[in-house]
Amino acid sequence: MDVLIYLIPIALFLGGLGLGAFLWSLKSGQFDDLEGAKWRILEDDDLPDDK
Amino acid sequence: MTVHQRDWQAFVTPGKDGALHMDLAVDGITCAACMGEIERGLKRLPGIRNARVNLTSQRLAVDWAEDQTGADEIVAELARLGYTAHPFDPASQKERQDKTGKELLRCLAVAGFAGMNIMLLSVSVWSGNATGIAPETRDFFHWLSALIALPTVAYAGRPFFRSAFNALASGRLNMDVPIMIGVVLAVALSVIQTMQHQHHAYFESAVMLLFFLLVGRYLDHNMRGRTRSFAENIAALKAEVAARINPDGSVREVPLSKVAAGDLVLVSGGERVPVDGVVETGTSEIDQSLVTGESVLVPVRAGQRVYAGTLNGAGALQVRVEAASGATLLDEVNRLLEAASQAKSKYVRIADRAARLYAPLVHGAAGLTFLGWLIGGLEWQPALVIAISVLIITCPCALGLAVPAVQVVASGQLFRRGVLLNSGDAIERMADIDTILFDKTGTLTLAEPELCGPVDPGDRTIALAGRLALSSRHPLSMALVRATGSLTPLPEVTEVSGAGLEAEVDGEVLRLGSPHFCGATLQQIEQILNEVPGASLLAIRFGGEPVRLLPFRQSLRPDARAVVDHLKAQGYALEILSGDTQPAVADCAAALGIPDWQAAMKPAQKIARLEELQRAGRKVLMVGDGLNDAPALAGAHVSLSPVSAVHLSQAAADAVFLGNKLQPVADALRLSKKARAAIEQNLWISGLYNIIAVPIAVAGFVTPLMAAVAMSASSLAVTANALRLRWGEAGREARPVPDPAIEAKA
Repeated sequence: MDVLIYLIPIALFLGGLGLGAFLWSLKSGQFDDLEGAKWRILEDDDLPDDK
Repeated sequence: MTVHQRDWQAFVTPGKDGALHMDLAVDGITCAACMGEIERGLKRLPGIRNARVNLTSQRLAVDWAEDQTGADEIVAELARLGYTAHPFDPASQKERQDKTGKELLRCLAVAGFAGMNIMLLSVSVWSGNATGIAPETRDFFHWLSALIALPTVAYAGRPFFRSAFNALASGRLNMDVPIMIGVVLAVALSVIQTMQHQHHAYFESAVMLLFFLLVGRYLDHNMRGRTRSFAENIAALKAEVAARINPDGSVREVPLSKVAAGDLVLVSGGERVPVDGVVETGTSEIDQSLVTGESVLVPVRAGQRVYAGTLNGAGALQVRVEAASGATLLDEVNRLLEAASQAKSKYVRIADRAARLYAPLVHGAAGLTFLGWLIGGLEWQPALVIAISVLIITCPCALGLAVPAVQVVASGQLFRRGVLLNSGDAIERMADIDTILFDKTGTLTLAEPELCGPVDPGDRTIALAGRLALSSRHPLSMALVRATGSLTPLPEVTEVSGAGLEAEVDGEVLRLGSPHFCGATLQQIEQILNEVPGASLLAIRFGGEPVRLLPFRQSLRPDARAVVDHLKAQGYALEILSGDTQPAVADCAAALGIPDWQAAMKPAQKIARLEELQRAGRKVLMVGDGLNDAPALAGAHVSLSPVSAVHLSQAAADAVFLGNKLQPVADALRLSKKARAAIEQNLWISGLYNIIAVPIAVAGFVTPLMAAVAMSASSLAVTANALRLRWGEAGREARPVPDPAIEAKA
């Protein structure tokens, strides 16, 4: 069971990474507008403005 | 739209690196296309650093460089794109950051992360216990779980601990007290078990319980936040600002929070009076229907008092803002309001009632279990372990979710029907109702006056009068414009302040205005008032033709009769309490088929009638919009207000409904009954779960695995039952499209 010495820290680290990523995205406002975010993926912002 | 400049300093806050920041409520964002259109449109302006639309809350946040563009250009550009926008008053935006919601979400994330990791270790232990895990490995896993669980409980449990301590400090019991006791005992027991190298520890139960309960809390908070932000948008779009006349004579539009007693405020024709005060100069007619319920216009001149929420007629007024002096109508309303709110706070929510019943029962059961096993010959330590396992398995996971889960689903359904809840427990109170009191003006009727009878499209005089009316912002003129559908104003219109309009057509004089201004006789006026009681009159005289009088009245909401019939069929007792005159109320009551009505009621009389009914054991729903209804709204068992209501009434009401229809009132009653039934079912489900689980725990057979399965299963059962509320609702009428812009101009 020596492998646990590596595996458990790795599991905790990866989980902690996920938690950190979530807290970061929460702080940077990515959860402020869930309704809008799902539509923004359809926007063609990268195309030149033809108006 | 307004001639005077807006004082942007009051709305703008400094942003990052010298830029200015402003939040606007935008009307008419309905889809993703609007979002892109607004953002791209604004970015074409010079100096815009950032423009971002929030589709969820229908708001726009803009940052721009001060020297390159101005707030005026931004609003003008939005108007050009076809969106009405109004900035938020930063003073009313204290909760914009939504700190509570973010804290709950952070706690939820931490509890979720910890729960998953502990479960990973626990599953290994459970399967290891069956297949012969080495005791050292099991202890190691338990210690690791403790390492994760202890900080998690300390962090993610804070919302519950705080509320539990607050409740205990004020000598009450709420659901958070048993939650706190359960979680803390579960963790403490597990640490001791781990130290003693036992087979079982309950770390995952404690963390999972927190996770489930936080989900419930967060959903509950989110639903409230959504209605609050929507209500704020409506308030902002109503443009609750005042045009303040500065000592140097300049007129600036400022948010209401910046107006102080003693300031001089300009009220243009057709605008709502924003403040309470005394008229300094100017004459006009005031529509007081929102304040007193009277539908007939009242003339005002210098020295007379005007109230916030009333609608100014044609003339411009300068109003000196007054602080409450103890003698005005507003003071009386405020006094009654305070007394009424105190009387109402006696109501105890179902959840708290359940908690009062639940906590002694469960804690008593745990105590008896401990004593029972002691007497039965067990050592005190194992007896205590069994007693605590009773507390853990009965920890009110399902009970904690039973009420919020239903409230979230029900308020979501109500939101789609155009009903916004101010208070979460309004749903359960609404289900008790057996009597409904209606205000007349603005509640059963619409807030705006309308021409009685049809317009003959071939009638040239009326058509001309309609075109002439385009030059005035008097409420009756605007109603005439709506009735005739006129589009082109007449040239060279002269306005006689406080009397009417005059123009020359084909060499003949056309006059539109008060009956006196057009030379109508008293006899004529009396005759038409007999035909249409309680009407406001607008007179037309064209050259040598006889004077014509047009009666205007607030028309009933389009579905009022149908809704009233439906409510009567449901067995509700209906009554009208109005501040309007006898004939007007009698007419309305007859049209709706409500035999019980009282007219010319003062706020104190309304609340007296309400108390009389409540003493007789009736549960009363009050529906009203005026300032005079506010005390009754606060005192009633539960209350509803239309969105066009005055601020004070909306704040006093438990819920606000949107749109021109009365249907939301019936919907709210129907949905709340369904929700109440679902809440009761949920309480039974969690009760049943305890009846099954407690004997097993008392017998000492409970394992952490059983606790985990039982908790998840009961929580899911309760949530699924709440979701059942949506059944059969999808096919019903969709949410009425709110139109705050129209109401703002009303």
